[in-house]
Amino acid sequence: MRVTADTRKCLGTGNCALSAPEVFDQDDDEGTVVLLNSQPPSKLHSAVRRAVQLCPSRALQLAEDTEPAETKA
Amino acid sequence: MTTPAQTLPLYPWLDHDLHRPLDPQPEFARLRAEQPIVYVHMKNGHEAWLITRHEDARAALRDPRLSAYHDRPGFPQMGPVDRAVRPGTFAHMDPPDHARLRLILAPEFMPKRITALRPRIQEIVDELIAKMAAEGSPADVVEALAMPFPSRVICEMLGVPYADHSFFQGHTRVLMSQATSGKASDSSFETLLSYLDRLVTAKEQDQGRDILSRLADRVNHGVITHREAVGMAILLLFAGHETSANMLGLITFTLLQNPGQLSQLKADPALINRVIEESLRYLMIIHTGIVRIATDDVVIGGQLIRAGQGVILSLGSANRDENVFAHPDQFDIHRDASQHLTFAQGIHLCLGAHLARAELQIAIKTLFLSFKSLRLAVPPSEIPFKNDMFIYGVHSLPVAW
Repeated sequence: MRVTADTRKCLGTGNCALSAPEVFDQDDDEGTVVLLNSQPPSKLHSAVRRAVQLCPSRALQLAEDTEPAETKA
Repeated sequence: MTTPAQTLPLYPWLDHDLHRPLDPQPEFARLRAEQPIVYVHMKNGHEAWLITRHEDARAALRDPRLSAYHDRPGFPQMGPVDRAVRPGTFAHMDPPDHARLRLILAPEFMPKRITALRPRIQEIVDELIAKMAAEGSPADVVEALAMPFPSRVICEMLGVPYADHSFFQGHTRVLMSQATSGKASDSSFETLLSYLDRLVTAKEQDQGRDILSRLADRVNHGVITHREAVGMAILLLFAGHETSANMLGLITFTLLQNPGQLSQLKADPALINRVIEESLRYLMIIHTGIVRIATDDVVIGGQLIRAGQGVILSLGSANRDENVFAHPDQFDIHRDASQHLTFAQGIHLCLGAHLARAELQIAIKTLFLSFKSLRLAVPPSEIPFKNDMFIYGVHSLPVAW
């Protein structure tokens, strides 16, 4: 999964920072999104999808990679 | 037998069933089932499509072709008299003005800023609770806590001297009343406007670290005009006063009417977040809905809405949509209420949502943990609900302990 954040569209509502604080923060002065990790680990994917869904200004975009098949031990 | 659209009573419908004051009017459930998007005539002469389902309201909120700009011809304003959009009222504007203004305030209301404010919010509640305890039972929760608490919080955040807050409360009460004539409303607005005008001017000369100082700084840098700064201050003042205050009264009443769940909260205070989220879903203070106008032809829920036609989104109805919330008319703190539309969605998503949650969580938890035996001091049927106001709530809530 690759995440992009367009600060020009961002309105600083903070839903992303609440949903996935390991991935999204907000600039202290401007309030606009700060992307902490553009390729978050799979355990955060569900939270990131929720953040993208909640973004009121469509500032966040996702490109989901095809997951590699899991190897079984 | 269905009621044809043209025989629907004029909108908005303010009076609630006396026996079910916390529920939307029964008409909404019928509309969701039979006529989810229906054309209504309004008391002030406007016309609009009334949207009652969650899915349709959500789609409408996120559609950029539905404008919030109140000055568009035919915009279905809700009040008795149409008003021009005042400078700074970004809630009634579209991009790019909306973003230019909102972004100035965004960092003041973002989650981590509100988190840092929680200890101070707790202190303010504690002071008011201590005063309530000292004055003894019985008390009116509205006078003792619901009105002064959010008022004090927003006044501090803005940088308005607290000594002036009762002056504000009187005037905002007048402004929000449905029954007020146009004249009285203008006079109250002008009074508040001129006070804030003087305060913003003072901060343009001498800035602190509060919101009005931040606005004054932006005026000095030419990002916004002085008049816009004053307009934004007044917008925050209204939003900061009446919304949380009315929710506090309604939530207190609701919990007292649901003693089983209230006991659960008292036994496990960590439930407060769930209690508040379900309260945000179950209760509605903006009971007339919010309004938009189509700037292009739009299809919502299979209904064509033509460019220039108005739209009313009943968020209270959406929050009781049985397609989204099982047994929607039941207050249930254990359900997942997170899909509620109380703070709307899209670019006009409530700026104060994080603050509202913090205020409600802290105040309700502290109230019920401080007064473990809190009960109504009068029969529930005697509690006066605001059937005459744009913003719903209780006029008073007499309690004893």
